[in-house]
Amino acid sequence: MGFRNFIKSKTLLSFITAFMLLGTNVLMAQTEAAATPGGQPDAPQVDWTGVSYYLLLFFLICLGIAVVGKILKIYDLTLKIQGKKGMKWNTVMAVFCLVFLAVGLYGAYWSFTVQGSMTLPEAASVHGVKIDEMFTVTTVLTMIVFFATQILLFTFLFNYRHSEKRRAHFLPHNNTIEKVWTIAPAIVLTILVVFGFFTWQKIMDNTDAKGEVASINVDITGHQFAWELRYPGKDGKLGPKDFKMVSAANKLGVNFKKKSSFDDLSADTMYLPVNRSVRLNIQAQDVIHSVYMPHFRVQLNAVPGLPTFFKFTPTITTAQMRTKLDDPKFEYLVYCNKICGGGHYNMQKVVRVVTEAEYQAWLSRQKPYLTDQLRKELHFAAADQPKTGIQNRLALNN
Amino acid sequence: MSTLAVHDHGVAHHDDHGHEHHHNQSFLSKYVFSMDHKMISKQFLITGITMAVIAMILSILFRIQLAYPDKTFPLLTTLLGRFAPNGRISADFYLSLVTIHGTIMVFFVLTAGLSGTFANLLIPLQIGARDMASPFMNMLSYWFFFIASVIMLSSFLVQKGPASGGWTIYPPLSALPKAMPGSGMGMTLWLVSMVFFIASSLIGGINYVSTVLNMRTKGMDLWKMPLTIWALFLTAILGMLAFPVLVAGVVLLIFDRSFGTSFYLSDIVLNGVQQPYEGGSPILFQHLFWFLGHPEVYIVIMPAMGISSEVMSVNSRKPIFGYHAMVYSLIGITVLSFIVWGHHMFVTGMNPFLGGVFMITTLIIAVPSAVKTFNWLATLWRGNIRFTPAMLFAIGMVSFFISGGLTGIFLGNATLDINLHDTYFVVAHFHLVMGSAAIFGMLAGVYHWFPKMFGKMMDEKLGYLHFWLTFIGAYLVFFPMHFMGLDGVPRRYYAFTEFVSMQRWLTVNTFVTWAAIMAACAQVAFLYNFITSIFIGKKATQNPWESNTLEWTTPVEHLHGNWPGEIPTVYRWPYDYSKPGAEEDYIPQTVPFSQTMSSNLPTDFEDNPKGLEELNKFQSTLKANEQVK
Repeated sequence: MGFRNFIKSKTLLSFITAFMLLGTNVLMAQTEAAATPGGQPDAPQVDWTGVSYYLLLFFLICLGIAVVGKILKIYDLTLKIQGKKGMKWNTVMAVFCLVFLAVGLYGAYWSFTVQGSMTLPEAASVHGVKIDEMFTVTTVLTMIVFFATQILLFTFLFNYRHSEKRRAHFLPHNNTIEKVWTIAPAIVLTILVVFGFFTWQKIMDNTDAKGEVASINVDITGHQFAWELRYPGKDGKLGPKDFKMVSAANKLGVNFKKKSSFDDLSADTMYLPVNRSVRLNIQAQDVIHSVYMPHFRVQLNAVPGLPTFFKFTPTITTAQMRTKLDDPKFEYLVYCNKICGGGHYNMQKVVRVVTEAEYQAWLSRQKPYLTDQLRKELHFAAADQPKTGIQNRLALNN
Repeated sequence: MSTLAVHDHGVAHHDDHGHEHHHNQSFLSKYVFSMDHKMISKQFLITGITMAVIAMILSILFRIQLAYPDKTFPLLTTLLGRFAPNGRISADFYLSLVTIHGTIMVFFVLTAGLSGTFANLLIPLQIGARDMASPFMNMLSYWFFFIASVIMLSSFLVQKGPASGGWTIYPPLSALPKAMPGSGMGMTLWLVSMVFFIASSLIGGINYVSTVLNMRTKGMDLWKMPLTIWALFLTAILGMLAFPVLVAGVVLLIFDRSFGTSFYLSDIVLNGVQQPYEGGSPILFQHLFWFLGHPEVYIVIMPAMGISSEVMSVNSRKPIFGYHAMVYSLIGITVLSFIVWGHHMFVTGMNPFLGGVFMITTLIIAVPSAVKTFNWLATLWRGNIRFTPAMLFAIGMVSFFISGGLTGIFLGNATLDINLHDTYFVVAHFHLVMGSAAIFGMLAGVYHWFPKMFGKMMDEKLGYLHFWLTFIGAYLVFFPMHFMGLDGVPRRYYAFTEFVSMQRWLTVNTFVTWAAIMAACAQVAFLYNFITSIFIGKKATQNPWESNTLEWTTPVEHLHGNWPGEIPTVYRWPYDYSKPGAEEDYIPQTVPFSQTMSSNLPTDFEDNPKGLEELNKFQSTLKANEQVK
């Protein structure tokens, strides 16, 4: 009889050990998860005395697993000695599947609520709102499928776990149901495609429609590892560029053969007037960069030798966004989002969306691109004197 | 008729073979320059696992940098020397780690390691052939792969470090040695390695296709092939058609780098110095790269799909649901995968109209993928599920494929891709759908066919431990990344310290890193299990999983030529599990219908009127007997 009790305690023991085994990773998850909402980068850390500490820890865990393994084996053997069938691993795994489903669903829910709330604020541009709508529709549709299929998957695993008593249901195919689940996704995807196709065409259309107020041209050029900005002057036109014209003072290689180049302005911060259409002229000098302004849902690569354009209309000023997010330091930013070298991770430019009046005031304070040094370089005798053919040639020879 | 002829040839071959057996093979010809498909598959597997471990260690290294961007680890300097000065991985070396991790995982592990292992092992065994069509080419395929691996790893030894332009190596970054340290010698080695790798893939692929087409045993028509063979066959076709385009792209890049051409380069000013390139287009490279690159992700996932289908059918004791639909969806994926590459380039400056077209084709490819998923679920429904480690990994593959596949619907939509492109959302998407799913398919295959490869059984309990830790770990690592992506956090960033908005993700990064370390430690359980089982594992029986396919009719002890006598003839499809009326819950492919009269169904004789007649006769006699009783 004592032996029987021993077995019982063994059952208990093996459950505890199995629990601990699982617990190691759950525990790790919990401590980390607990640290997450704190949001402090300097949360109490483990003492980094050395690797040997971790190696020892790992060795101990391995030892623990080995001990548990042996215990399970002995338990299994004793069951068999008693003439019973050994551990029912199929049932254990089936239960694990169910537990995983429950914990996983909760984890997904937690992730959606906690981490989901850390995502980008509402779109600050006209087309961005459309993108966000589309995102919501897609999310709802896919999440229905996600939860349905994962729940089915893991409940099937539990429900139809192995049993000696029954046989599987022989079902090689069923044409009706197969047709249904071919056509159903096809229909859903067609809706998404049509919806997406027209939105995409509209967003990517970078010509101004007739009767519309002309877009503000802003020139943004990427190089390792910074962005350069150029605004048009009073004529509203940006002068053409030629990479062969690049020099120390003419960083962008603006071609001063054309009149429109003379009044161009250079800027440090990208100021944009709210509710005005902006056409970003994007280019790169050395390698591919990518202009990424997530708050405006704007992204387009900057490719050397291939000028690209993105037209969008900001709708929320920086000041408004600051109050909305309750963050007085908030700034819109341009990131680089295409691997471009060692400094790729820190290629930012501040973007300020302001009112029309503020924008005009700011614009009037900007310095012309044609600096004194550049004039000297180009051998311009007098500042306002229009260029002559000879000077052009000089400029070229330079 | 052709199968008959091949069959005869096989017998003849075997007769020759009887004499050969007396020769003792030398160590070199048995283990090193082996031409036996089973040995070559082991070589592929072990090289693949080695490369996977290396790539995993690389990932842990850069995960440490992401979790603790401000901390110093003197050990890193000890281990990595100049690549990690002052206890911190340098920004350039971080990019190298990311690049080589991606390259090794995609090409060396999930292409060569997966296709190479299972195509070599399963094609001859499951279609009933004595070996590959060309054993010598098969050997070459492995050794080219091996050379490619050595060259790729040797790039860690060059002064400026390995290639670091991302695994997609977009020029001009990869074309201008002065653009970053990794674009020097490291990039050259990367390109040379890839040329060898592609040669290996092509030689292997030609061999797989010709073996499947020409060397099937008697009765093994295409519609009697297991789904593994269908998947591996279509994968090989895909590789044969797509890889040469990458060679073209790579060769042009070599020209640009070394011979002053301008295929991909134009209007470049590097560090204030004009470069003499004009007229090229960086977009051209992207087209060439993704013309391979997209089929490549299906090259990675299709064998995993095939393996999972087979493993799930065997362990659910149920026929795979919708066998024909499964094959047609594989064919659909194969064809469509060639016309979707542009979805990697929506925001690269490619013509937006083209973006719209690629978006349509991309979302169409979701349909066959959805069909496959539903069919897997239907296979499990009312099954009699045995949880072997292989089964668990196959299930994990399905779970990952769903989770990662659904986010593909976001990224395939050009409109949504504007804001998601190159963010962590993409990282989460492809690590789930092709990284984790494919590696789980591969592990399912390893656990399932280990008895066939090594004649030993792997330890089940360690397999369970390995599965749960890896499965949970992978979800913990990749699930939070979706939300980072939705916050606009770009991928391939060395540190998230410079942007105020990204600093709040630091704690999540720390969590992800620890989850990754846990999952990495779990692989020790696998490696221990794998290595010890080879030597001291329990001896395998001939058909340990009670499976229908041909490979389990071969003896446990390997012999050259696979079957000691005649090659078995195939009479039925491979999925007659739990057929009502049958004695056992499985009927191997080699059992003729005449021996299973009690379980035959009218549908078994769709193109065999004689058989149907027989069945009707049998059933009427049964009825008559009952009436007599």
